[in-house]
Amino acid sequence: MSKGLSSQNPESVSIVLCGQAGQGIQTVEHLLTRILKIAGFNVFATKEYMSRIRGGMNSTSIRISSRPVRAAVSTIDVLVPLNKGALRHVERNVSARTIILADKDMIGGDIDQTGHRFVDVPFTGTAVEIGDKIYSNVVAVGTLAGLFGVELPAAGKYIEKFFSGKSSDVVQKNLAAIKKGFAFGAELVKSTKINFAIASDAGVEDQVILDGAEAVALGAIAGGCNFIASYPMSPSTGVLAFLARHSKTFDIVAEQAEDEIAAINMALGAWYAGSRAMVTTSGGGFALMIEGVSLAGMLESPMVIHLGQRPGPATGLPTRTEQADLELALYAGHGEFPRIIFAPGTIQDAFCLTQRAFNLADKYQVPVFILTDQYLIDSYYNTAAPDLKNLKIEKHITRTKKDYKRYEFTKSGVSPRGVPGFGDGFVVVDSDEHDAEGHITEDLDLRIRIVDKRLKKGELLKKDNIPLELTGAKNYKNLIVCWGSTHNIAEEAMQKLDRDDVALLHFKQVYPLPNETAEYLQKAEKTIIVENNATSQFAKLIKLHTGIDIDRKILKYNGLSFFVEELAEKLKEALN
Amino acid sequence: MDTKVFDMNDIDIAWCPGCGNFPILKTLKRALAELQIKSTDLVLVSGIGQAAKIPHYLKANVFNGLHGRALPAATAIKAANPALTVIAESGDGDMYGEGGNHFIHTIRRNPNITNIVHNNMVYGLTKGQASPTSQKGFVTPVQVRGVFLEPFNPLAVAIALNASFVARAFAGDIDRTVDILKKAIEHKGYALVDIFQPCVTFNRINTIQWFKEHTYYLEDHDPSDRQKAFEKATETEKLPLGVFYKSPQKPAFEENVGIYEEKQIPLYERDLDKKELNNLIDTYKMRL
Repeated sequence: MSKGLSSQNPESVSIVLCGQAGQGIQTVEHLLTRILKIAGFNVFATKEYMSRIRGGMNSTSIRISSRPVRAAVSTIDVLVPLNKGALRHVERNVSARTIILADKDMIGGDIDQTGHRFVDVPFTGTAVEIGDKIYSNVVAVGTLAGLFGVELPAAGKYIEKFFSGKSSDVVQKNLAAIKKGFAFGAELVKSTKINFAIASDAGVEDQVILDGAEAVALGAIAGGCNFIASYPMSPSTGVLAFLARHSKTFDIVAEQAEDEIAAINMALGAWYAGSRAMVTTSGGGFALMIEGVSLAGMLESPMVIHLGQRPGPATGLPTRTEQADLELALYAGHGEFPRIIFAPGTIQDAFCLTQRAFNLADKYQVPVFILTDQYLIDSYYNTAAPDLKNLKIEKHITRTKKDYKRYEFTKSGVSPRGVPGFGDGFVVVDSDEHDAEGHITEDLDLRIRIVDKRLKKGELLKKDNIPLELTGAKNYKNLIVCWGSTHNIAEEAMQKLDRDDVALLHFKQVYPLPNETAEYLQKAEKTIIVENNATSQFAKLIKLHTGIDIDRKILKYNGLSFFVEELAEKLKEALN
Repeated sequence: MDTKVFDMNDIDIAWCPGCGNFPILKTLKRALAELQIKSTDLVLVSGIGQAAKIPHYLKANVFNGLHGRALPAATAIKAANPALTVIAESGDGDMYGEGGNHFIHTIRRNPNITNIVHNNMVYGLTKGQASPTSQKGFVTPVQVRGVFLEPFNPLAVAIALNASFVARAFAGDIDRTVDILKKAIEHKGYALVDIFQPCVTFNRINTIQWFKEHTYYLEDHDPSDRQKAFEKATETEKLPLGVFYKSPQKPAFEENVGIYEEKQIPLYERDLDKKELNNLIDTYKMRL
């Protein structure tokens, strides 16, 4: 590939942008990834940021590749620092292969003395020449895209579209900026300072580029969601904002509640009246919703909860990632009642599982969780567009008759669910223990029957368990186990190991634990679990339900996701 | 309409003999019958407490949820199906204590629902502790030195928030309470009716006699006069009854959510527009 760089990963290039919040990193990231996607490259981006509106140090990591890339790496091929402290912020990942593209005026003069490979690109000077230093970001976008041979007109068209809300003068200046950038990029390639031979991929064109929040929100719409009430909380707010933005088109009531308690009680009221409702929140907000989860259990109300995890306890690290709320979701709510917990591993999963959550919640009248995290929510890549051909919104609502009883005892434990105003009956639901009609009771014999009825559904819903996904060696000796957002990282790390005795078992449904779990684990000589938490919560759950101890645990809980290289190293160690 | 349509057969009512909840139940049935409200289109939403059991004692759809949480659920029920008549009804502890935050924000949100609060200035079901509306000096097994917290003034708070409809009634006067309830139910927008009621077991201070002596009906009061309404709501010598305040007309929450302008059908009758979803997904292909 490159003459200027030696790469361990020749099919993909990693670019890191780093600067203060408010400097426009998001714009650079957005424009660059979209322009590269339009040009037919596979792209992946993920970000880490501090909990503040301006200042602080944020970085975005972008991968560009000729084959699909879907996981975070720590390697930096190109670093674009946008201010003085930026280099220091990411310096631990800067290596001899890293090229730093920077505007010396922007980041301070001592860059020459750092010993790193540095190329001075006059982003700001060029922008000022065009008319304002505000255009420096677009010059940077153009420069980076130019490294991959991207040219006008496609990129220009996207720039026009992106800035279409602005005056034609601003659009023209941005076009001038991107053109200037392309020229810088082309020049760098020509001078062989940098030479990335990344091929474009014809398959990319038809694909969508989505982040986890968008995938969950689109999945919700595809699940027939028409009500969302939530309280803003990082990293889960994107789902609320997305559904609010499209509320008119899809007949969605989207309301910002006064607190999470109101949010979940609204969502329960909405389900009661026949809508398909969800809430989106993170750990601390979910803690407030817990009485509502219990209420869903008692009312036998469907409920869909998107829980975007971040590190706790309490406020923790608000903008970082962790997988430490599995046990919280698992045990949330007083009393005993069934539930389902999904943990998407990919963007596709986030869409499909959220869609499915609505159908299953309605079918079994139970709460269904979508357990994501900041890493999944804030990462995006190109992937096959969701196929809506076989999409089915399963509504399980019945027209009530005069003698309708909401909790009628049935063989399956599921009682037909009526809604008020639809039919001649009354729909009575109660948080107190209740009789078949739904009215409050203290008949202790009836109590046993109705508890059994509720719990029966917990067995029944296992029929719809999502099968486990095994990748790698079919006749494995070593089994890597992971759940949720670590999927893509673990998969790429496993590929890096290049061994024929290793497989990866990913759980996208963590509860109820799929029936075949023990079988997969027993086949392995060695099992290794990968979790983004400190106490290996999923290994504990596996032990509880199968009696099987996982041999090795690879855990990370500093607030960041795993990186492919880091995980590959740790797996190598664990395998030896 | 005969109030009998709301009667339930063979029910075991959990209230104490002589409880102020009985006349409120009777009043509610009369108001509903006189307004010809169809019982199957009526949803009673409540929380927890003795007052919150009222939905179980008349024929209607019922959402008896959690302590303090009737209002969020009621708001959503109305938003999911605006054709329903939605009444959120509970006691003073439930609505003003545990549910205080929802009380404030439901007023701001202004769903077209009626909020009936049985106000007996004491916690009954937990056996006699102070409620947010307990008067200063009220001694209880917990407030052993007497209540020293400022009593919560729901009417003044509601008026301060420019609530759509604010009224107070007295359970001991069925005819006038029926009249106030009818006005509240018919009113478009959030309507608060705080109903004074005696608790015969745990409140020996604010008895039926006490309420009779310490209340009077507003006469020649203009409910559009917010200043005057506030003044009346903050009187303490004698407590006024009647409709205190009606805000200038404003759209209800369900009118503001933006999905009932073109079609009025409830959410459960609506289906996903797959074509629109396909279009939306297509935009993420970034085609030019």
